[in-house]
Amino acid sequence: MASATVASPAAPPPPHEVAAAPPMPDIMPPVKARRGVLGFLWRYPTIAIGGALLLLMVFVAVFADFLWTVDPTALAPARRTREPSAQYWFGTDMLGRDVYSRVIYGARVSLIVGFAVALLSSAVGLLIGLVSGFVRWADGIIMRVMDGMMSIPPILLAIALMALTRGSVRNVIISITIAEIPRVSRLVRGVVLSLREQPYVEAAIAAGTRTPVIIWRHILPNTIAPITVQATYICASAMIIEAILSFIGAGTPPIIPSWGNIMAEGRALWQVKPYIVFFPAVFLSVTVLAVNLLGDGLRDALDPRMAKRI
Amino acid sequence: MALLEIENLQTHFRTPDGIVRAVDGVSFQVEAGETLAVVGESGCGKSVTAMSVLRLIPEPPGKIAGSIRFNGRELLGLSEREMRDIRGNEISMIFQEPMTSLNPVLTVGWQIGETLRLHQGLDKRAAEARAIEMLQLVGIPEPARRVREYPHQLSGGMRQRVMIAIALACNPKLLIADEPTTALDVTIQAQILDLMRDLKRRVGAAIVLITHDLGVVAEVAERVVVMYAGRKVEEAPVGPLFRNPRHPYTQGLLGSVPKLGSSLTGTATRLSEIPGLVPSLKQRIEGCVFASRCAHATDLCRKVAPALEAKAPGHLAACHYAPRESRGAAAMVAA
Amino acid sequence: MYAYVARRILATIPVMAVVALFVFSLLYIAPGDPAAVIAGDQATPEDVERIRQSLGLDRPYLVRFGAWLWDILRGDLGVSIFTNLPVSTMIAQRIEPTLSLMVVTLLFAVSVAVPMGVVAAWKQGTLIDRMVMAFAVLGFSVPVFVVGYLLAYVFALELDWLPVQGYTSFREGFGPWLENLVLPAIALGSVYIALIARITRATMLEVLQQDYIRTARAKGVGQRGILFLHALKNAAVPIVTVIGIGIALLIGGAVVTESVFAIPGLGRLTVDAILRRDYPVIQGVVLLFSFVYVLVNLAIDLIYTLLDPRIRY
Repeated sequence: MASATVASPAAPPPPHEVAAAPPMPDIMPPVKARRGVLGFLWRYPTIAIGGALLLLMVFVAVFADFLWTVDPTALAPARRTREPSAQYWFGTDMLGRDVYSRVIYGARVSLIVGFAVALLSSAVGLLIGLVSGFVRWADGIIMRVMDGMMSIPPILLAIALMALTRGSVRNVIISITIAEIPRVSRLVRGVVLSLREQPYVEAAIAAGTRTPVIIWRHILPNTIAPITVQATYICASAMIIEAILSFIGAGTPPIIPSWGNIMAEGRALWQVKPYIVFFPAVFLSVTVLAVNLLGDGLRDALDPRMAKRI
Repeated sequence: MALLEIENLQTHFRTPDGIVRAVDGVSFQVEAGETLAVVGESGCGKSVTAMSVLRLIPEPPGKIAGSIRFNGRELLGLSEREMRDIRGNEISMIFQEPMTSLNPVLTVGWQIGETLRLHQGLDKRAAEARAIEMLQLVGIPEPARRVREYPHQLSGGMRQRVMIAIALACNPKLLIADEPTTALDVTIQAQILDLMRDLKRRVGAAIVLITHDLGVVAEVAERVVVMYAGRKVEEAPVGPLFRNPRHPYTQGLLGSVPKLGSSLTGTATRLSEIPGLVPSLKQRIEGCVFASRCAHATDLCRKVAPALEAKAPGHLAACHYAPRESRGAAAMVAA
Repeated sequence: MYAYVARRILATIPVMAVVALFVFSLLYIAPGDPAAVIAGDQATPEDVERIRQSLGLDRPYLVRFGAWLWDILRGDLGVSIFTNLPVSTMIAQRIEPTLSLMVVTLLFAVSVAVPMGVVAAWKQGTLIDRMVMAFAVLGFSVPVFVVGYLLAYVFALELDWLPVQGYTSFREGFGPWLENLVLPAIALGSVYIALIARITRATMLEVLQQDYIRTARAKGVGQRGILFLHALKNAAVPIVTVIGIGIALLIGGAVVTESVFAIPGLGRLTVDAILRRDYPVIQGVVLLFSFVYVLVNLAIDLIYTLLDPRIRY
């Protein structure tokens, strides 16, 4: 061997005086490592901010009765369209109702619609996606139907459905859910199809593992992260669609104080009494923003590949 | 004055869990027209060194310190604009991945012509004519047709030829080739190496060949720099290095290459491997960088980093225990 | 190439058929009795029966679908319950403002969003990047009508730079036409810009990591050449795809934007139809918009072949 000629440098002392290499300077300031829950929130600030804002809104919705509100439906024609004041924090609307109380109670409608649509469309979409991913003959039909549904802009689909039903929170939820289902189904189907090609799933299938077991053990755990992220975005989008439906008169009945309704009522007067539109608009935007921030943070945290990208 | 003089080069990267010292105090020189090989395992900092010379390291998160002089001109002090006039013109680079190193949505001719338009101010037509010449030069048949094709229509070997055509289009003084043959089939590898040697003779460029393939080094290099964990551990002309490696790491590297015919001559030994893993570059290493894997490491090695010393004329190594050659004046060289 | 185009065009037929079937079936999917809902609370049973007949709910599903589909293929979208005018006529009268609004918004949004995304990707992690990302999150979160009111309040009411609302036909001059569309287009474009800017940034970040970008830099190509030629050309396919998909946002948003800015377009027609429970009109508008959406995305599929030489079927 070529290297055989080298003298074995096994034992000290070295064959000559020791020459130490000069130390290298640091050319960058050191990195501070952050760990634990605080470190996590520091690394994903959008989760911290979005989560905090959303919790605040949930708190407002749950404890609306105790937040210095009055009956949001109480009419008082004598006190119509008052400007915001110490007594009426956000002023009163055309019928003399207290805008502050209506906005606070409006949080309930938005959050219920957002959460319900997110949950329902995720559940149904998961089911459809699983069927589509596992039942070959059904896949073609289901995906054609989903393609067709996705070709109808979601707001229009919800509008068309609402035009055929009586305005109620339940019907709003159903309409928006129908419009959002195709997205979840496609997502789940994509996850199922890519997982099915994974060697360990192929092995399980080859070994004769029953489909329900495969779904439970290998598929479902891998769909949780993408569905969670998708669900937050659906929640945000559902809150906006609900507000739009109510705003154009196709959503919750006017008697229910929802942010869209309050704005719809303030519409006629917005040039002279902009605050009636302004306050619900701010609450709606902040709530949707909170959910979107949470969704972005969750995506970064749960999907390392896309982390810090979109 | 050498063509390229690198002195105390440090390239560090900032990551969420610490600073990676990818290159930490490397110095070497490249003479005009010379072929220098930089060898080492993946992750030893050889590619980062190459990228640092052209200042292709994104800053931030990276940072380059030290000195890189090209033709006596300090590159680290140049503006981005001045750097651009050097890249692809005076110093050009070939990369390891021919399949992905060409832009898939631009024609081959356009990509060769781009350098000429940028650095020599050729117009579109002249650039294309020159691109056809270059394709011919690098041995691509039917260059007039190929020049209009897209990279996905070419094989890997052809794409690497195109990369070489791009690199040599402006007659650079220095060509940095980062693993130019690693991704190719063995037969194609030989062709590409032949092509590089042939073109080097014609163009007269110096070559810095970055590789982990000692076979390639033996074939084309005149001098060799061995890198380990971001440091230069040994430097020597190719003959002495292969005959008489001084650093235990180089000895290990050479020991892990099978020798053709050794089983027939009866000199076959087991292919040795270097035990252990390259140390994390996120911590400062006290003592010799190779100590954690060196069979001969002592407490001294673990405590004191050895300086690079001339163990023989033109033969540097950083090891406390590598003997100096008694004959000749073995002057100490402070790295 | 021609085979690919032909195949893509043929492939849209089943999608359109499903859209038609789905829109038609909404009458049956909707919870409750649509005829009763449309007739309203004060309706007599006779009224409900009359509406049931005019909607064809008294006839078998498939027979009715066949007749309806045949009508649509001949361009007959039915008759409005409220005005008794053909729906196709009503749509034709309202299409210009909506088309104007959407085209102006599309051009404005794309020309703003793509450079925004490119610059954000180039300056990743800097203040500019963060501002673009913050804008994008806001664009997704602040509903179109809120942006609309905000813009109208500031730029029309307070500063008096632009008209508060209304629409002037293109025939009456380019200036007045555009003047009326500026604020609606910005309001409607906000989500769309957010969407395109985000996808542009994400795609560019991915492309900028590629080996060929390193090659271009090693050749001495300048920053602008890297970004707008080497990278953007490679990022074009996902960006163009999202521009196409995002048309759905424009369509949905147009309904609301037209209400805020009192633009007499298809959106207004839809909103008026909802208030009157004029289902045939809603059905016609939904169908039209969906078909337009499918066709736009078909066109984008065909554009792919121009953008990426590797796509040649």
